[in-house]
Order: sequence, then structure tokens, then C-alpha cells
Amino acid sequence: MNMMTGVPPWERLIRPDRVHGSLYTDPEIFEAELKNIWYRTWVYVGHESEVPNANDYVVKSIGPQSVIMTRDEQGKVNLLLNRCSHRGNQVCSFDRGNARSFTCPFHSWTFANDGRLVGYAFPDGYEGQDKSQLALGRVTRVESYRGFVFGSFAADGPTLKEHLGGAAETIDRLVRTSPEGEVEITAGFLKHRVKANWKFILENECDGYHPAFVHTSIFGVADSMIGKLYGGASTALTRDYGNGHTEIDLRPEFRKRDAPMSWFGTSEERLPDYTARMKTAYGDTAAREIMIDGTPHVMIFPNLFIAEIQMFVIQPLGVDDSVQHVTALQFKGAPDLNRRLRQQTMGSVGPAGFLLADDSEMYERCHRGVLARNPEWIFLGRGEKRERQDELGFTVGHVTDEVPSRGIWTHYRKLMEPA
Amino acid sequence: MLSRESSATLMSAITAFLYREARLQDEHQYEAWEKLWTDDGVYWVPANGADIDPERQMSIIYDNRSRIALRVRQLMTGKHFTQTPQSNLRRLISNIELMDEQPDNGDIAVASNSLIFESSLRDDTLWAARNEYRLRHVDGELRMASKKVILVNNDKAIYTLSFLV
Repeated sequence: MNMMTGVPPWERLIRPDRVHGSLYTDPEIFEAELKNIWYRTWVYVGHESEVPNANDYVVKSIGPQSVIMTRDEQGKVNLLLNRCSHRGNQVCSFDRGNARSFTCPFHSWTFANDGRLVGYAFPDGYEGQDKSQLALGRVTRVESYRGFVFGSFAADGPTLKEHLGGAAETIDRLVRTSPEGEVEITAGFLKHRVKANWKFILENECDGYHPAFVHTSIFGVADSMIGKLYGGASTALTRDYGNGHTEIDLRPEFRKRDAPMSWFGTSEERLPDYTARMKTAYGDTAAREIMIDGTPHVMIFPNLFIAEIQMFVIQPLGVDDSVQHVTALQFKGAPDLNRRLRQQTMGSVGPAGFLLADDSEMYERCHRGVLARNPEWIFLGRGEKRERQDELGFTVGHVTDEVPSRGIWTHYRKLMEPA
Repeated sequence: MLSRESSATLMSAITAFLYREARLQDEHQYEAWEKLWTDDGVYWVPANGADIDPERQMSIIYDNRSRIALRVRQLMTGKHFTQTPQSNLRRLISNIELMDEQPDNGDIAVASNSLIFESSLRDDTLWAARNEYRLRHVDGELRMASKKVILVNNDKAIYTLSFLV
């Protein structure tokens, strides 16, 4: 029996090659996801480079909850809940800033940027009160991997490294694009709202079947190289890393081209400064390999999507209300590359982006579509008969196959089923 | 300074131009709208405030002239699904002001407010913006050398904005 009323047992909703449409539209299921996924597993929150100096803060989120990411005086990164421990008022109303403390405007309770309650107005009314019992709430566990800060509300469970598993290597690959080995998130976020369930976004990120159709309007007029990567003859792969993490591995196509920076539609000649810095940092051979392979296209479950040149953070607000936060990836020590990354990102993503406006249209139409009750199922069987294991034991398939969706739902079911 | 009479004539030409631009946008006359631009036109819709540096920070749109053309070409394909079917649109343009009649470079700085009602497959959406233009006379016709659209809510999460704003 399922613990929740109204939700059928998960094995009835999630099958190997299909999932039930109600998984996207049922408000009870959404509430269960907040509890079992968003408020339990590791969720990406922010990047260390967004709070470079002591006392910097930036307001982020985990699902609908507002989270303040601070760097305290000791240099430690904290994830604090934006809720006064007195009456629940939000203690921070600005997107970012530099502050040693946050004073609640309601009754002037003041919290240090590590969460400690340091004072309240007219303290004589609180005689004998232990202030340490009234700190700001915080995300229970905070860990970062190569600057990417994740939080988990579960006191116990896998470490971040265990959660990332094989997908950690994609982040290693990403940071190597910088001659200094570091990503910087400094270009500000576009916030694109869609009236659709968050899982339509999650599943689309490594869906290599749709680009040839959804993006035909821009591929047709922009002289884009992207279309071929997702064609029937492409040698690119879809990969399931386990734990819900999925990838489109475009390296086989880029290696065939054998041209540095071709992954980004440019060349060494057009980025001489970057090329020189990469060769100095890694040596000619390794730099050439990195610059041929390019950056990863990986969806870190449940909300961090690294899409070669930009990064998306998926935020669910309601069963049919989601926000895509997106910014250009910036690489430390690569100013000429970074400029192009910003320009290309602005063109392709966000509310008016050449690509994302159409993706988001699909999310919204899918959401309205599955409100129809027949057929009850979303069919995810593409490539099931031809998927195989790669040399590391991860399931891979053709770039257009639905290996990623099947991987996501396998992990989803594990998280949602009562232990 | 222009004389009062020539200022009134200029104002009336500018008002007619802005109304015409609004109508072309509302009615999806993409090519006619594109012809309103100068060869060096810049179309800018900032995010997260009005005064960000578009060379450093993400904007919702920051198109140079060739990217404006690309945007129009994508709309013209009929397969830009977010505008297939097209949104039904009507916008009100008001508070038109000449901000600087004769700046050094000869362009005319003009500002207006707009309120746009969009009806799309998703829902009905209301958009509001401050619009800042630099207009230029080219072969006797007014043209846009730049248009900056400052959405009132550009610091928030907004829905897809795929019509010409």
C-alpha cells in the first residue's frame, strides 16, 4: 500500500518503457515530490563565485523555498532559510548584496550571516531565553563540488560525491575548459517562467530526438551546425549515469571533426588569446584534446543542467508552474571566450531565446496535452532494444534514444517509493 | 533648440512613427518592422533592471542589426512554434516625450510607455514597459537606431516573450 491517499502505487505509474500522465499533473504527486526529492536529495543551489567576498550573499531557492547563500566572515558558505525564527517574516528582500547581518523588518530581530540570532528588540522580554535555539533555519547539509554548491535537507544519506557518481566527471570536464580550471557565474540570470510541470523540462534537457523538429526554424535560417549532431546518422550518444543524471555525449561527433573549438562553432584562430592560455596551462596535446571535446551537455538530477555554453537551474513552484534560471557559463582566465559565451547564450535562451522559446512552448503544450486522459501513458520506449553498456558500465544509446528519460524515471521511482 | 513650430512638427512625425511601429508589431508584419531599423540598429531588452551593462550581463534581448534580421527570419519560417499560431496582440503607446532633440550625434532621443495585451495558447498576459529610442532621419524617413524596452517586471521570472516587443 502506498502511504499517501489518492496516489496509486508507484509501480502502477512508472513502467520500464512508459509513465503515467498524472505524474505531471497531479497536485498530490507534486507535494510528494517536494518531500521526497526537493527536500531530501542533493539539489543544486548556487556557485561559490556568486559570493566571492566575505559577507557577500545571493538569494537562491530550493523548490518554492527561498534560500540565502552567504559567505560568512570566516569564508564559509552557508545556506540559510529566508524566514525569521520569530514570526516567519522574510529577513532578506534583495537579490544579492554584502551584509554581515540580516535584520527582520517586522520586530528587528537580527541574524548574523552564518545564521546565529545576535539580537532582538527590547530584550528584557526574553529573559533567560537561549538565543542559540532561535537561529535561522538552514539547509541541513551543504557540500560543493568544484565550486558548485549543493544542499540537502536530509541529515543522513549519500554524500554529494556519491550522489553525483559518474556524472562528477562531466563537471571535471567542464572546469577544464578554463585555463585556470574554474567556472565563474558572473553574468546574471534570465528567469524564464513556464506553465508546465518541472519534469517536462528535466526530461527535455537530454532529449536528442526533438532538436531537428522543435528547432527547425532557427537551424534553417542560422546556418547552425547543431542540427547535424542530432540527426539519424549522428554518432553522438545518450547516457544514463544513474541517480537520475543523464547526458548527451557529443564528443564522438566533435572528435570526427578533429578541429579545436568546432564544438562552439569557432576556431583557434578566432580565439588566439584563449588558445595560447590553454596551451600554456595544459600543454599542446591536452589543450588540443580539451578544445576538440568541448564542454558537457549534462542534466544533474534534479535541477542543474549544463548545456555546453550555458547553465540552467530548474525551479518548481507548483505542479504547473516552473522557472528556468539561465546564465552564460564563464571560464576563469578566458575573457575572449567568455564574451562569445554571453552573446550566444543571450541569443539562444531565456524568454526571447531562439531555442528556448520553442522548447518552453513544447513544455506548456505537453502539460495541457496530458490533461487529456487517453492514452493514459507517455511512451518512452525509443531505443530500448538497442541500448547497451559503455566501457564504464553506464547505459548508452543513440543520440535520439530515450535512454535519459528511462534513467530519470528509474531513479525517480526509487526516491518516491516508501523505503 | 528647435523652434516651437518645428518641435511640434517633429513630435507629430515621431508619434506617427511610434504608432506605426506598434501596429506593425501587433499585426506581425515582420519585414515591414525590420525596415524601420537603421543599418546599425540595436534592439535591447534588459533583464534585472534598466541600467545593466549589456556587454557583461545577460539581457532578454540584445540584438545587433544582423541578429534583428535573424529574429525576423526565424519568425518568417512559420515553424517558430511559440509564434505558430501567432499571439493576438494589441498595445497602447503613451507618454511620448522628446528627451533630447539634437544630441551631438544627430539622433533624436525619444521615450514612451507601452502596455501590451497578449493572448496566446498559454493564456492572456499583460506586459508593461518603458521604451527608449534613438531615432534618425535616413533619406527623409525616421528610422530606429536603437530601441531599449525596459519591462516593468524584468527582475522577475517572466513567460516566453516571442512576439516583437
